[in-house]
Amino acid sequence: MWAIVVKEFRELRRDRRMVALMVAVPLLLLVVFGYAARFDVHSVPAEVVGPGAAHAARSLPPLFDVTRVRPAEGRSGAVSDLRTGDYAAAVVTPGAAGAGSGELLVDGANLFDAQAVTRAVAQAHLAVPVTVMFNPRLNTSWIMVPGVIGILLVFVGTLATSLGVVRERQTGTLEQLAVMPFRPSDVFIGKVAPYFLLASLDTVVVVAAGLGLFGVPFRGSVGVFVLGSLLFLFVTLSIGVLISSVSENQGQAIQLTMMTLLPQILMSGFVFPVASMGVGVRWISFLLPLTYFVEISRGVMLRAAPIGALWFPLAMLAALGAAAFALSIVRFRRDLAPNIAAPPSPPAPAAREAVAGGEAR
Amino acid sequence: MSWGTDGLTVRYGDRVALDEVSMEVPAETVSAVVGGDGSGKTTLLRALVGLVRPAAGSVRRPSRRRLGYFSAATGVYPDLTVEENLDFAAAGYRVGAATSRRRRGELLEVAGLSGATRRLGGQLSGGMRQKLGVVMAMLHEPELLVLDEPSTGVDPVSRAELSSLLVRAAASGAAVLLSTAYLEEAERAAHVVVLDRGSVLTAGAPDALVASVPGVVVRVGERPRPPGRSWRRGAGWRQWVPPGERAPAGAQPAPVDLEDAVIVAALGRGA
Repeated sequence: MWAIVVKEFRELRRDRRMVALMVAVPLLLLVVFGYAARFDVHSVPAEVVGPGAAHAARSLPPLFDVTRVRPAEGRSGAVSDLRTGDYAAAVVTPGAAGAGSGELLVDGANLFDAQAVTRAVAQAHLAVPVTVMFNPRLNTSWIMVPGVIGILLVFVGTLATSLGVVRERQTGTLEQLAVMPFRPSDVFIGKVAPYFLLASLDTVVVVAAGLGLFGVPFRGSVGVFVLGSLLFLFVTLSIGVLISSVSENQGQAIQLTMMTLLPQILMSGFVFPVASMGVGVRWISFLLPLTYFVEISRGVMLRAAPIGALWFPLAMLAALGAAAFALSIVRFRRDLAPNIAAPPSPPAPAAREAVAGGEAR
Repeated sequence: MSWGTDGLTVRYGDRVALDEVSMEVPAETVSAVVGGDGSGKTTLLRALVGLVRPAAGSVRRPSRRRLGYFSAATGVYPDLTVEENLDFAAAGYRVGAATSRRRRGELLEVAGLSGATRRLGGQLSGGMRQKLGVVMAMLHEPELLVLDEPSTGVDPVSRAELSSLLVRAAASGAAVLLSTAYLEEAERAAHVVVLDRGSVLTAGAPDALVASVPGVVVRVGERPRPPGRSWRRGAGWRQWVPPGERAPAGAQPAPVDLEDAVIVAALGRGA
């Protein structure tokens, strides 16, 4: 028995990644649950429109963080602003265009914000009708399904891709590919394209199931959703290749994928509102691709947000994708072709390569 | 066209894996690299096909489209059938459909795999998988075919089939280079390079290597004391007597083969 204990410790000492995971995972969970896992909403971004907007803004409960006052604007303008996702609540004062009496509009796509606003209005005994927009019954599944789509795409995209590439390394066939007349980019695209197609198909199936089974609406542009999904897949698949390039076996690839999945589930705004997270850890959520996909999918499906309102998450996904892709291609190239650069263009079938030592090829 | 290495040096960190190795891999012949564990055989082959960057010296090899490589891991996809593995190799090397059909028919026949085309790579025996890997590496009729221990762990019948495949490749003009741990296999090669601790111990045709053994090899009944220049062969012992030295009393001259020649070369270096 003692021999096994000693052997196990010796093996563990050399498996630095496992030791790092054993230390990092509990630390990560502590940080996430300590600072990020909060449902309480202390502040709701709001705007006030209509005549008397300035006065109304001053008399709102402290929960409302009024960042915009537009006396000349009417109810439709407030709805448009809510649609962008920049505001979770809009106060429409009596006499505003499109509104007879005063009205408080709340974005039902932000479940916790909407609940906090309704609670605050009741507690302050404000005699104003509250209209929950986009998700009038504050249906939880309407909020969750757009986010779940993203999580499934992370799972399928990152995990399947990383396993596919690692399997190639484990069976020794990656070396064979390096000798065959493929460019590293050929191998990269060849490996990733099937998972990209499968994940795209998955997206369609999951969205259809979400609409059919849970009655989640799809109010926005399919094109914007497709664009967001493609960019998101670009990020997740690139992360998958990146993980595979630092994993020696499938077990390590699964562990690392879980390490990327866990913070995304907890810190992307999928469950806990980003605004409620501790300031010290909130920045992490801005580095997570799921944060932006959740914004896009909820924005498109529930609020019919136009592309102009979603430019920032779309741009962030593109930037994250470019960074992950660049890193993964560098790692992949190093893995795949330590010596062989791009294959020689084959004008003559017997083209000859003479490789001099020390040359960076 | 002649392929090979010139003063090839490969380093892994501070360790010199290959030290100024020069060798030729002539066309239409089967050449063999032999050597003990850690002698640098695999590194030499990997450097020749471009998987290892030389620290010094140079490598002469054809373009990748004209290069065939069998790695010790076989390169066979376990989740693809024999047929699908060959499809992939043919597509990767852009072998035309007609050529691919003809080549795979011929090669599978020689390899004894004709009846296994629908079996998954992972369901093949070790020997069958090795043979499939070799067939995949030579399907596109490469000019240089490099094989890392293709016969290790393979039964004698399969080894004969593998040998037929390699002879066939050489006969059709390829320069074939294989590494092997079996000296009797190397004996069938036209040219042998013996590696020892990363450098060339000796090289040449097997007959020439045997003929060039300096001094004499004798058969001794018991292990000499001190053992010195002796080694076990079968049930008995052999001893190398360098030129100018006298053989032990009663010792009989032994017929020298490649194994003896390699051992004498190693002893000569150590002397």
